[in-house]
Amino acid sequence: MNKEIALMMQGITKYFGSVAANKNVDLTVYKGEILAILGENGCGKTTLMNMIAGIYYPDEGKIFVDGEEANIRSPKDAFVYRIGMIHQHFKLVDVFSASENIVLGVDDGKKYSIKDVNNRVLEISERYGFHIDPKKKIHEMSVSEKQTVEIIKVLYRGADILILDEPTAVLTPQETARLFDILRRMRDDGKSILIITHKLHEVLSLSDRVAILRKGEHVATVNTAETNESELTEMMVGKKVQLNIQRSMPQNPRVRLSVSDMNAVNEEGVKVLDSISFDAYSGEILGIAGIAGSGQRELLEAIAGLQHLESGKILYQNPKNGEEVNLRDKTPLQIRDLGVRLSFVPEDRLGMGLVGNMNITDNMMLRSYRRGHSMFVDRARPKKLAEDIIHSLAVVTPGLNTPVRRLSGGNVQKVLVGREISTSPTVLMAAYPVRGLDINSSYTIYNLLNKQKENGTAVIFVGEDLDVLLELCDRIMVICAGKITGVVEGRRTTKEELGVLMTRANAAPYENRPAYPLTDDVPQCVESVAEPPVKDFPDAMNRVLMRIKKRGEPQ
Amino acid sequence: MNVINFLLSAISLGTTFIYGSTGEILTEKAGHLNLGIPGVMCVGGASGCVALSLMYKTGMPPVLILMIAVLATFLGGALMGLIYSFLTVTLHANQNVTGLAMTTFGVGLMKYMMSGLKPIRYLYAVDYFRFPFADMKNSLQYCGVMMLLGFAIAIATSIVLSRTRLGLHLRAVGENPATADAVGINVTAYKYGATCIGSGIAGIGGIFYMLTYSGSQEAYLSVEALGWLAIALVIFTLWKPYLTIFGASLFGTLFVAGSFIPSLGITLDMSATPLLKMLPYIVTVVVLVVTSIRNRGTNQPPASLGTNYFREER
Repeated sequence: MNKEIALMMQGITKYFGSVAANKNVDLTVYKGEILAILGENGCGKTTLMNMIAGIYYPDEGKIFVDGEEANIRSPKDAFVYRIGMIHQHFKLVDVFSASENIVLGVDDGKKYSIKDVNNRVLEISERYGFHIDPKKKIHEMSVSEKQTVEIIKVLYRGADILILDEPTAVLTPQETARLFDILRRMRDDGKSILIITHKLHEVLSLSDRVAILRKGEHVATVNTAETNESELTEMMVGKKVQLNIQRSMPQNPRVRLSVSDMNAVNEEGVKVLDSISFDAYSGEILGIAGIAGSGQRELLEAIAGLQHLESGKILYQNPKNGEEVNLRDKTPLQIRDLGVRLSFVPEDRLGMGLVGNMNITDNMMLRSYRRGHSMFVDRARPKKLAEDIIHSLAVVTPGLNTPVRRLSGGNVQKVLVGREISTSPTVLMAAYPVRGLDINSSYTIYNLLNKQKENGTAVIFVGEDLDVLLELCDRIMVICAGKITGVVEGRRTTKEELGVLMTRANAAPYENRPAYPLTDDVPQCVESVAEPPVKDFPDAMNRVLMRIKKRGEPQ
Repeated sequence: MNVINFLLSAISLGTTFIYGSTGEILTEKAGHLNLGIPGVMCVGGASGCVALSLMYKTGMPPVLILMIAVLATFLGGALMGLIYSFLTVTLHANQNVTGLAMTTFGVGLMKYMMSGLKPIRYLYAVDYFRFPFADMKNSLQYCGVMMLLGFAIAIATSIVLSRTRLGLHLRAVGENPATADAVGINVTAYKYGATCIGSGIAGIGGIFYMLTYSGSQEAYLSVEALGWLAIALVIFTLWKPYLTIFGASLFGTLFVAGSFIPSLGITLDMSATPLLKMLPYIVTVVVLVVTSIRNRGTNQPPASLGTNYFREER
């Protein structure tokens, strides 16, 4: 193996303010290889790649391309060195066609003709096996099509070094497999591929070598063939992290929420929820899997009273008095006045969950401002709650008075989830609560959800990582294009089964009842397979859970 | 004959809007909502008048005087655009507030400039502006070079926006500046360029109204009102410059209807004339409501219109 070096980084250092995002990173990329960049959230993977792509400029260190020192000050410079990056958030103009997006910013001195561009796009597609219609507008495309446009955009510019920032995060397993085939074909064509990912099995199945970053520093680069999952994890987090998520058998499950024949249309008149019927039980975690935008958001919003329904029923069994209430078409406030408690962690953290310009205490008050009869709001208790959450969930913040928009994504999420859980809900709905969080923070959230489940809350968890859904949820409901395509047992199903259901067009009959014993069937003896507590689970976390449990006061 | 006269008059008044709207569309395509267009048109017109005053009785050939005057107008407008761009693009000031301030500033500046000029020293050029129809006694006199220039600019802008690489890049900047930035388009340069050139074009609308259409010493007092209609026309035409030719003619028709109807022999009450003059404003309100309800999907304003672009916010 005497491979040519495509790109070399030497002593790359980058500071944001006083925080080092990258410290003295050395990295070598060969021609015709797939190099995976692995690391926890916030370890500087994306920053490092952005420096190659010209988004940032390193404070110290040198980058060599084809043996010559490269001075990459802008994305345009990067293209000169034949480097292209496919960002996690697609940078596409929605109202433009695929070709218009692809040719954007390219000035080859020739006359601008969109027909020539279309032909060239088709030529590239054929070579690497993409399927694309160059005239299709971006806003009519699926996520995977958009990603294809992004990749062709880079290839169109003649890039030999491709950087992909978490490309599989939004894809189904089938689409991921297709992407990997294309990437392998590019590698065989002599291109260098750098792929940022969290998913170890993808690293192992795709890459030739793996570079591991930890806290901004380059830990090691290893040949994929000579390593394994646990070794990589160890290098990545620095210490062994329990890969198994705790999952106990549901205790005394009862129907808490019974949804039947729920239908909703969006502004354009497209059906977003199509005959949705399911039951959520107390003491279980019901996962919802599906490709982004399949109706998860609408489903949760319908239950929370934020989405207008065409038809359907949402029956809620009040555990306090055994009454049955229909939540349909009630406002969130009415739902609360009925004694029904729905805690909702919206998908869009800052958009709907928190007010970015307000500090943590004020954000706590968004849930409690109606308390009391005085004309002044009660600030003491929200402040106490904010302090508790910061302390116990290890929220990194300069202080209580910092606007939440200045916190990092993971910390924002902790504040939001902490607040929602503090109201001791009977039904807790969480949409993508671990999106953008590192492994440790994610586990904190999983454990919080599990605690809620043990308290008898019906937890509905919308997730994107199938591995997590499989390990965390008791049952997993799969939706595709607003329809339920299956409800499966979390303990028995496989990823492939979920992937198939996620892309299946037609609804099929499914079992609405869990397979584990229900309270009505087996009164007392519920098999307990609770595992011992995780050692790494921070003590402080356990303390807050106790406190939250104790508080349990109604609002 | 009367009807043709009326229509010509309407279309030529509309040319004021063509300039204003085309300039504003160009600016909005770069993602900047320039509410300072009325002020820009005022300052542009006043700059042209100042240039004409300076050339009064210098014996220069009329073509040269016309060209220099239009150039001065363009530069006057572009200078206003430059101030607006500096405030909103470089200093990230709020676009709406800045635009309104530019209008207030522009109107005031124009009044100051015009008060120092003797009407005779710029009105001599009316004939040059109306070339080659200056001798006509009917509305055909307005349809000179400046009107044709307006049509040409509107059509040329449309072609540039839809058919060229430059236009593609500009539209990308207005739709999604982060994307444009990522592919190496100089977002700041495009924003400055589009705003300044757009303001320059809008400025020509000011001098067109003062000299070609009106040709009177009070004309400058009405420019601001026409500027607001030009902004409304941008929405009416769904951000397509070539459509401003039709939209502007319609607005012009409504504007002059007040003085045309009596000439048909229909006697109007004294109070009816001002009511008729309100028509374009009423139609504007209706059009704004209808277009914003009707157009979902394709005919939308540039996605980043009104928001400033910070590179760090990714």
